[in-house]
Amino acid sequence: MAIALVLVLVVVGSIVFHIFSPWWWTPIASNWGTIDATLTITFWITGAVFAAVILFLAWCVYRYRHTPGRVAAYQPENKKLEIWLTVVTGIGVAALLAPGLVVWADYVTVPDDAVEIEVVALQWQWNYRLPGADGKLGTVDNRLITFENPLGINPGDKAGLDDLVIEADALHLPIGQPVKMLLRSIDVLHDYYVPEFRAKMDMVPGTVTYFWFTPTRTGTFEVLCAELCGVGHSFMRGEVIIDTEEDFQIWRDEQETFASLSES
Amino acid sequence: MDEANIRASKDIPPAEVADVELYHAKSFWTKYVFSQDAKVIAIQYSGTAAAIGFVALVLSWLMRLQLGFPGLADFITIEAYYQFVTIHGMIMVVYLLTAVFLGGFGNYLIPLMVGARDMVFPYINMLSFWFYFLAVVLLVVSFFVPGGPTGAGWTLYPPQAILSGTPGGSGAGIIMMLLSLIVFIIGFTMGGLNYVVTVLQGRARGMTLMRLPLSVWGIFTASVMALLAFPALLVASVMMLFDRLLGTSFFMPTLIEMGEQLSYGGGSPIMFQHLFWFFGHPEVYIVALPAFGIVSDLLSTHARKTIFGYRMMVWAIIGIGGLSFIVWAHHMYVSGMNPYFGFFFATTTLIIAVPTAIKVYNWVLTLWRGDIHLTIPMLFSLAFIVTFVNGGLTGLFLGNVVVDVPLSDTMFVVAHFHMVMGVAPLMVIFGAIYHWYPNVTGRMLDEAMGKWHFWVTFVGSYLIFFPMHYVGLVGVPRRYPELGDSAFIPDSVQMLNSFISLAAFAVGFAQLLFIYNVITSLRRGKIAEKNPWRATTLEWQTPDMPPTHGNWGDELPVVYRWPYDYSVPGAAEDFIAQNDPGPQPAGETKT
Repeated sequence: MAIALVLVLVVVGSIVFHIFSPWWWTPIASNWGTIDATLTITFWITGAVFAAVILFLAWCVYRYRHTPGRVAAYQPENKKLEIWLTVVTGIGVAALLAPGLVVWADYVTVPDDAVEIEVVALQWQWNYRLPGADGKLGTVDNRLITFENPLGINPGDKAGLDDLVIEADALHLPIGQPVKMLLRSIDVLHDYYVPEFRAKMDMVPGTVTYFWFTPTRTGTFEVLCAELCGVGHSFMRGEVIIDTEEDFQIWRDEQETFASLSES
Repeated sequence: MDEANIRASKDIPPAEVADVELYHAKSFWTKYVFSQDAKVIAIQYSGTAAAIGFVALVLSWLMRLQLGFPGLADFITIEAYYQFVTIHGMIMVVYLLTAVFLGGFGNYLIPLMVGARDMVFPYINMLSFWFYFLAVVLLVVSFFVPGGPTGAGWTLYPPQAILSGTPGGSGAGIIMMLLSLIVFIIGFTMGGLNYVVTVLQGRARGMTLMRLPLSVWGIFTASVMALLAFPALLVASVMMLFDRLLGTSFFMPTLIEMGEQLSYGGGSPIMFQHLFWFFGHPEVYIVALPAFGIVSDLLSTHARKTIFGYRMMVWAIIGIGGLSFIVWAHHMYVSGMNPYFGFFFATTTLIIAVPTAIKVYNWVLTLWRGDIHLTIPMLFSLAFIVTFVNGGLTGLFLGNVVVDVPLSDTMFVVAHFHMVMGVAPLMVIFGAIYHWYPNVTGRMLDEAMGKWHFWVTFVGSYLIFFPMHYVGLVGVPRRYPELGDSAFIPDSVQMLNSFISLAAFAVGFAQLLFIYNVITSLRRGKIAEKNPWRATTLEWQTPDMPPTHGNWGDELPVVYRWPYDYSVPGAAEDFIAQNDPGPQPAGETKT
């Protein structure tokens, strides 16, 4: 009989733990509140199903446990019940999937006014490149990477000369401005992950991946690597600082361009 | 064949398969070592899997020691931690779970349950085990090569898997790992073909497909899937081996390692991920489907009740098996593949929840209005339902592409897959061992020790993996040997990690008790009755108990009914064996 009680305790304990857990997601700092909303919907629906199934299981174990003289019912099938359960499950699954796909459509559709910023990962640090005065990033090629040109910027491409290069230092971004993060790796797989932004994406050598977001509050946020990239994986950290527009301009003016770096 | 005929009929089709002349072992070596008897091979598979599984258990202790109490054991370097993570995962998924369900339970149960004397190809069956054994040896040897085993994670993603920043990447570790996988797949292919052919060709008279116990359906479908899925891993392993040894660039783009331009160029790391998960996702169900099947039989037998919705259960197994081949990229939502794939794979992934949910309902409805005997196999089956429902539901988070984004690569994922494909199938394995131990050895396992084993394992596993989801919700990435100094991670997470580690040690020690029980009960266990659980399936109806070589004595069994005739109204006992021509079920006379 202990088992029926423990099954009830599993349900009650899980719900109580969930409600009182001090361990919860970080306060959001981007436009992806919709992701948190789908997560919350999923918690409600799955939580209800979990409680219903396990409590019914506990009741069955209690009610139909073996006692002398008990005979089990002989009921191989019950089509009506089976169809009914299938339909209800289908509806529940659709209720999870539909909002998820709507938000995913937003996630993969970059707004036109997004500014492109490049993140360049390597074992085990984060570098960045911002467009210069022309507002465009120049072309790059991993084969051009040298000690003097760590990001592999094409010196023959004028658009790249005024690009700002930030090596192993914090990235600053202005609040409220949508950014498209172009993700590059020059060695192995990495993943650009800032918990407060919710968004993340792997960086894959040989190709450029992306995600976009709009910062919604100022502050300093930690960047982590979320794809095992070798022994330095857990130390591959950095900072991204969300500034007001004015602070961002001050910081930006202090950064060196590719052209000035090449001369020095 | 109509519904009533599936359940029982006295019309028996003529023999389609002639009785076979078996190879009879002449010496100790051919009887116990290079044996061609599926029952002996099953024990060899299970014993080898248990031995290497014990290594995985010890590795998990070491990992939890590091995570729960960082700095306490300074021999656990970062390199060592990643090696433990990798080999633990690889052993559990491939060398333990796959091998036990298919090589262990498949070999033992298929011939006995379908009423055959042995597997259709006994010699190939023997080779299958010895290839598996060699694969395990290669894996163990990788601990002793210079640089140690690979630390690339069980997913072995290139380019890092074969580069020097990853433990074992520039040494022999990754080579040994890939060779071991290749040998494993060769061995499995021989075994898998055998399981499929035996189910299709070796059934006794009257044993139609729709009268197969669900255990056989689960193992059969999983074997078909494994034969289709493992080749993708074989191809990926061979190609990566070429990249590592011959300098090809199948998966290697232009890259600069530690400031040095390597000679690779033009390959695609994402292509490896597609191949890996084309294997890797079906692999989840290769482990799950046998567990689904076996637990159905355990629930039905120990609740003395027909399985609820047998035909729906069979179709759900087949449907899940088919669908599982078009969901693989849900492991790759944030891999950098074309993001529009997300729409397709999220949809297929959530659709697979429907047949899976049907199975859960039918297990619970099997218990409903049953006569539930709370035996150890029943307790483990109940624990399976709880952990599987829990882990299945968190799969709806990770399968729903946009919900996966914040959770992907965090401890939430680790908690999810341990619950659903670690703990849940292991509950079934334990329940099944308590259930079939008397069939194998003629003795019962000790019940008092069994109860301790059950309670610590079930409650402990839940205490490990349920709170772990919340570590992931906070945002802690997986595959970090320590939390480090992070403003967003409250100090209390470390406390929770220590708690989880203590629970993990307790669960680990309960497994030592289980091993002790399995070994000592061989000699000291209570002598089992002939059919101790009063089960209907054929493996309990052999003339000798435990069944001897050839299983059936002089005459093959004839099957008159489905395997779930429990508590048939009007019957003398609360079960009717499949080979019992006995009375028809009430109200369902053959016309």
